[in-house]
Amino acid sequence: MARVLVIAEHDGTHLNQSTARCVSCAAQIDPAGADVLVLGADCTAVAAEAAALQGVARVLTLTRPENAAALAAVFAPQIAAVASGYGYVLGPSTTFGKDLMPRVAALLGVGQVSDLMGVDGPRSFRRPIYAGNAVLTVEVPEGLTVVATVRAASFRPAGAGGTAPVEALATSTPVPAHTRFVELRTGSGSTRPDLQTARIVVSGGRGVGSEANFALLYQLADRIGAGVGASRAAVDAGFVPNDMQVGQTGKIIAPELYMAFGISGAIQHLTGIKDAGLIVAINKDPEAAIFQVADVGLVGDLFQVIPELLKKLG
Amino acid sequence: MEKIIVCLKRVVDYNVRIRVRPDGTGVMTDGVKMSINPFDEIALEEALRIRERGQAKEVVAVSIGPADCQQQLRTGLAMGADRAVLIETADDVEPLVAARALLRIVEREQPGLVLLGKQAIDDDNNQTGQMLAALWNRPQATFASRLELDGGRATVTREVDAGLEVLSVDLPAVVTTDLRLNEPRYVKLPDIMKAKKKPLETLALASLAVDAAVRVRSLRYAEPVERTKGTMVTDVDALVAVLRDKGLLN
Repeated sequence: MARVLVIAEHDGTHLNQSTARCVSCAAQIDPAGADVLVLGADCTAVAAEAAALQGVARVLTLTRPENAAALAAVFAPQIAAVASGYGYVLGPSTTFGKDLMPRVAALLGVGQVSDLMGVDGPRSFRRPIYAGNAVLTVEVPEGLTVVATVRAASFRPAGAGGTAPVEALATSTPVPAHTRFVELRTGSGSTRPDLQTARIVVSGGRGVGSEANFALLYQLADRIGAGVGASRAAVDAGFVPNDMQVGQTGKIIAPELYMAFGISGAIQHLTGIKDAGLIVAINKDPEAAIFQVADVGLVGDLFQVIPELLKKLG
Repeated sequence: MEKIIVCLKRVVDYNVRIRVRPDGTGVMTDGVKMSINPFDEIALEEALRIRERGQAKEVVAVSIGPADCQQQLRTGLAMGADRAVLIETADDVEPLVAARALLRIVEREQPGLVLLGKQAIDDDNNQTGQMLAALWNRPQATFASRLELDGGRATVTREVDAGLEVLSVDLPAVVTTDLRLNEPRYVKLPDIMKAKKKPLETLALASLAVDAAVRVRSLRYAEPVERTKGTMVTDVDALVAVLRDKGLLN
């Protein structure tokens, strides 16, 4: 049996890419492969996607109506029951995993390694602290289950080509009824690439000036097939919904190309992008902090630069 | 409800530039300004607003750490908390230990709601609220950007990766706060004077009979690998040329 259990994140239909990244992390801990646990009201489609990932030994499913929404209080006791046979339980460091995994750890009576960004040894891991201003190496003593949330941007997604068996587990663990899912309101509701998986991300800050002005960024994004993000300042100002926020308290992303328009470069924002392949910054202010980390910088007004970019790209 | 417990962690102020000690044993904290964890300050503000709306009678602020945490608790009292409890220890406190200690206070005080920040800005663990909810066997609603109370229930809007998720939870419950829940009030001088007279109880962590064994050991601290400053281009043509050259745009 695999020693690493990965908790799948999904929307009922598709596996979130963060799971494939957790599987990659698991392979660094134990090359023999990981078991992936899917909880849902209908796990069929998601389990099939998980089974096709390289490095997955088995896919386990917990199918019951109570698992329709990912409620930490409902999932945690079921995961804790399965986890007893494993040395490691990994979840993604997304809002799904951040909500759920500490609850699992507490039920197991162990700590959690949050935002695991590197595997140094079987029980030794690196994680960012102080908004990424320091990196802490931690060790989990022998004999304790390692529970961790995996920082997606630090690991490549596991590839396709796996053919793991899928096994349904018995669903006898009692779950509470004190927590009810009401609704999910998706902010941007766009068909653009998801921020966390997009190859290119175009992002705007306070310098964009208004909700209406963000249309210019959307136009550029659609031309180059990019996802659209924003700084906390732009979200706080109400230009865009919260699910577009990139940074320490928003999404931590690692696209191949990140283009920052009118973003000053507050440290908490930079924390969210420092694993990006190439950072391009466009800002009117030559002193903007973003230029200190950008691979390519252009001092200029985004309201002139973006139309010109669109013209050049045709 | 009778009371709300708010947890306040003492952390390095968010404006301080963090420096790792050359020997890798921690970050420099000598002479550094310390504050209430900003997320916890939002939690306290929310509790005060609930009390001011008449939906709770008392707000109790709780901190865990060295005696110096009294400063942050006094600030919390000056903001408007009715009384404070310090669980004193000189040791580093892991989230699970914090959750176990808080559970002791929760069992004693029987609050209708526990509010705390979604994470502390020092260790960025984002665990304590969830762990407390697990040990207490009560609902959790993390990353709250809106909180409405209605009788024995709370409706909580949560900031999640996909947008905004709304949960309905039975009380008592643990709610952890995100940045956009509210803007904390400023403390006024007369309130600071008044806060000096409010009760602040100190309990030794050791007296709570909490299992404080190390579960995640901190081995060493290091500076992050910084990205180096790249090149500046002077116009859009040059920018497009770079991106095409690297195969990022066609």
